Amino acid sequence: MRTLSRRQLLRGAAIVVTPVAALRLTAQDLMKVLPKDSAAAADRLAEPWLVGRPQAEITAMDNDGTVIGIERRLHCTCGCTLDIYTCRTTDFTCTYSPALHKEIVAMVLAKQTPEQIVEAFVAREGEKMLMAPVASGFNLAGYLVPGLTVLSAGLALAAYLSRRRTAVAAEASAAATVIPAPVDDEALARLKRALDEVDS
Amino acid sequence: MTLLGSFALWAAFLLGLWSAALAFFGRWQDRPALARSIIRGSYAICAALLVAAVALWKGIFTHDFNIEYVAAYTSRNLPEYYLISAFWAGQKGSLLFWAVVLGIFGALAQALTSSRHKHLLPYVAGVTSVVVAFFVAVMLFGEHANPFERMAFTPPDGRGLNPQLQNPGMVMHPPMLYLGYISLTVPFAFAIAALLARTLDAGWIIAMRKWALASWLFLSIGITIGMWWAYVELGWGGVWAWDPVENASFHPWLTLTAFLHSVMIQEKRGMLKRWNISLMVGTYLLSIFGTFITRSGVIASVHSFTQSDIGSFFLAFLIVTAIVSFTLLYTRWPSLKADVELESLVSREAAFLFNNLALVGIAFSVLWGTLFPIISEAVRGTKITVGPPFFNRINVPLGLFLLFLTGVGPLIAWRKASASNLRRQFIIPTAGFVLVATVLIAMGMRDFYAMMALALAGFVTGTVLQEFYRGIRARMTMHSESPLLALGRLVARNRRRYGGYIVHIGVVVYFVAFTGLAFKVKTSVELQPGQSTTVRSPYGHSYKLTHLGVSQYAALNRRVSAATLEVTRDGTRLGTITSEKRQHIDSFGNPTFEPSTEVGIRSDLREDLYVVYAGSPDGTERANFTILINPLVIWFWIGGAILTFGGLITMWPGGAQVRTVRRRAVAQAGYAVPLAGVAE
Repeated sequence: MRTLSRRQLLRGAAIVVTPVAALRLTAQDLMKVLPKDSAAAADRLAEPWLVGRPQAEITAMDNDGTVIGIERRLHCTCGCTLDIYTCRTTDFTCTYSPALHKEIVAMVLAKQTPEQIVEAFVAREGEKMLMAPVASGFNLAGYLVPGLTVLSAGLALAAYLSRRRTAVAAEASAAATVIPAPVDDEALARLKRALDEVDS
Repeated sequence: MTLLGSFALWAAFLLGLWSAALAFFGRWQDRPALARSIIRGSYAICAALLVAAVALWKGIFTHDFNIEYVAAYTSRNLPEYYLISAFWAGQKGSLLFWAVVLGIFGALAQALTSSRHKHLLPYVAGVTSVVVAFFVAVMLFGEHANPFERMAFTPPDGRGLNPQLQNPGMVMHPPMLYLGYISLTVPFAFAIAALLARTLDAGWIIAMRKWALASWLFLSIGITIGMWWAYVELGWGGVWAWDPVENASFHPWLTLTAFLHSVMIQEKRGMLKRWNISLMVGTYLLSIFGTFITRSGVIASVHSFTQSDIGSFFLAFLIVTAIVSFTLLYTRWPSLKADVELESLVSREAAFLFNNLALVGIAFSVLWGTLFPIISEAVRGTKITVGPPFFNRINVPLGLFLLFLTGVGPLIAWRKASASNLRRQFIIPTAGFVLVATVLIAMGMRDFYAMMALALAGFVTGTVLQEFYRGIRARMTMHSESPLLALGRLVARNRRRYGGYIVHIGVVVYFVAFTGLAFKVKTSVELQPGQSTTVRSPYGHSYKLTHLGVSQYAALNRRVSAATLEVTRDGTRLGTITSEKRQHIDSFGNPTFEPSTEVGIRSDLREDLYVVYAGSPDGTERANFTILINPLVIWFWIGGAILTFGGLITMWPGGAQVRTVRRRAVAQAGYAVPLAGVAE
């Protein structure tokens, strides 16, 4: 039978007890429980490589509305299909979006307007840098064709249905104006018998 | 087993070709015995493909890493449930999965179709056999497409499954979508069979209706699970990114939804025969188009399979299928004339037509946006990106129009609605619209699209509730039933109609959930252990998140770094939330992929708190977090469940058929009255 060392036993007990204790303790309690020096010792990850490449320190500009607004309009160049903001806050293995973010922050701090920044990127990387094409020239077709197609199909459908409806109404009215052929008494008697049969 | 698998593939291929040839020849020559043997051919194809599937699964479960596919997508330490999903995780396996399921569906179509439609079955078998033979041919003749391909050496362990695919959503999402795509082959086969047999009444629609509903249900479930997977796995806090492959699943769903509406007009009024059969052909072509763009790499997508030459197979198949289908349609066009004409623009038929226009219009606009980068490059030689801002700008107004029509359709009478009928029908739904809009304006909402979406949701809900209320009240009056019993019997006896209304409620809930995403809050923070940050939600709640620290431990096939935060809302402790970094390893402890991220989510009916552990700036427990508050996200999953429930009700056998039979019997009694002499 395998014997446990004292250290292994304590480690095992700690594994069992810790989650239970964590349910009851608040963060403040934990900070009270942990002595300062042990908190400092716990600060270093045992295996830092497991959490991926080191992240840049977060600054106020990372959450700046202007920066985010610009980044949402620009496509990340890493080969993904995301905008720069979504890529840098989602794909933490991407090295392109943090670099592009740094550039944009520098340009914003240099008092460039969002339009100037976007134009600078488009001039450098091409129109594919924009998350949506500018609505001018041939790109207008991109924006207008779906709406115009649905609109014209709707109008055409309404016009066609209206015309068909008129034609159907005309046919019905023509049919209604036909003078019925005289019906003899025998036929009427047969109809009456048949209707009586249905009623009964 | 690979030998057996390859043999089974060859057997399925040859049987597919043979069955198809016999089916078309036998039916064309009017030799019923020959045509009947095709049915047995369908079962034989199914059996051969099942053998191939078992062979691949055996390779996967026995860790036969000499098989290239097994080595590429599995490892010794991969949990067993992911060994199951590894079958369809890669290009080759998913092709086999497609062929196997199509083989099963082909056989089921033969076995389950009523004998009333048996004249169509040989052609149906012919079409499904051709499609099966095509998919098997891709595996046999495509470059690196054979799942049984062996390598020159045997690695000690496989590469393992991509971490993003190691998620329960990915066990369910691809097969559901595949089931949707694949089952579309059966209604398409019935459409082609009707064209070939020149029996273009509503018979083919009745024969394939359940299949079309099943396809729609599979696609709906597949899309919803895909949204859930994207939300919990990808870490961006959204559900839909208008990625080309996502769009590819959306196209057939939209046109199939249009078909399921317009087909009712053909069944009830004998109208729209041309439109319905064209819509079914178009839906199938869109499903093949989706497969083509997923597997060809012609459009950049995060979901694409590895690029290979099999895209050209699908392009050729798409073109040939389109040519054959449209030629058949063209030659049968005169026989597809409607029995009656539309009587009024203010009728349910017209409303359904406009509903079709909106659905097909959205499908077209999504297709247009997906293809526009290629069109732009071809015309101008300039590469452009067409991302979410483009799709949202085009599709949000169309989507709102569709939502409006969802509420309008059931309110208008068949044939022709009178002014008094319209007044009576529209009062409650319009009141729902006005009430919601007023409350939102009073609450300070100024976002036009969000407000319209919610107000129209009120309108559609008003419509559905009114329909249920009137139906229940009528039953209570006529049959002296209690409200609950009346509700149960109302739905049970009119499954298609009331199941459809429940689906509409599911769609409304989806729209509400999408509206919520317009108000999400996102911020990035860096926290030391013990340090807190506060985030304010759109509802005005104040969330305080305190970093408790990062723990590192080993799990089955990964090394985990878990960052835990304590959460309080408005001072009340909610508990903890944990986001992880996972470094996947093989059975020798070697890293297999880049570290992946698992998000932490706390959901309630109002909003989700969504935390992503981005990593550490300096290898310490100091951690970067992305924190999102996403309003109303849980309603996506509730909406999906409602939609599925409604879909199941519409599909459930029984109710509607009984009613149809009874009505037909009454109608026959009426015509049997001997008035022949009078008519002369």
